Amino acid sequence: MQTFFITIALVLCIALLIPFYRVYKGPTVFDRLLGSAAVGAKILTLILLFGLMFDRLDMFIDISLGYAILNFVGVIAMAKYFRSSARATK
Amino acid sequence: MTFLQDALAVILVLGGTFFMLVGSIGINRLPDFFTRAHASGKVDTLGILMFLTGLAVFEGFTLNAAKLLLIIVFVAFTSPVAAHALARRALLYGMKPWYGNPKNEG
Repeated sequence: MQTFFITIALVLCIALLIPFYRVYKGPTVFDRLLGSAAVGAKILTLILLFGLMFDRLDMFIDISLGYAILNFVGVIAMAKYFRSSARATK
Repeated sequence: MTFLQDALAVILVLGGTFFMLVGSIGINRLPDFFTRAHASGKVDTLGILMFLTGLAVFEGFTLNAAKLLLIIVFVAFTSPVAAHALARRALLYGMKPWYGNPKNEG
């Protein structure tokens, strides 16, 4: 079971590194924001997987819940901030 | 009983990682911002929910499984809301949707 979890962690690391290309080369600022939100959502699952591998799920669940709340609040705050931004990028 | 529980957890975790990979590839391959928000809002959310459900099944009937169900409910509410807020803000910002490439039709 431990080797299965290590393999799943490797696949999740690959799936986490793919949206960084969109963060680097997005035509607009919304693309970069969407890529960073996707990276945060995958980091949440990776934190929980490592907590289950190290038998410390009590601690890591609270950390991941705080991370999920922080990610959501950050995306909403940036979406409300770009209401009055004037960087026209077609 | 333990073998059945582990088998169900393995199936759910594998499905969740598959859907997260598909969502990550879709964020790169789709041509427009709105289609990318679609991929991030639906496919990634399904992958995360399946993955966390698999971890809760592997854990059993403990307090940690209840906390995992709390995180599952929170993610199911907030991840599509974030994608929708971004897409709505982009539409109000003045982005034009992608109407298809006329050279590839037919």
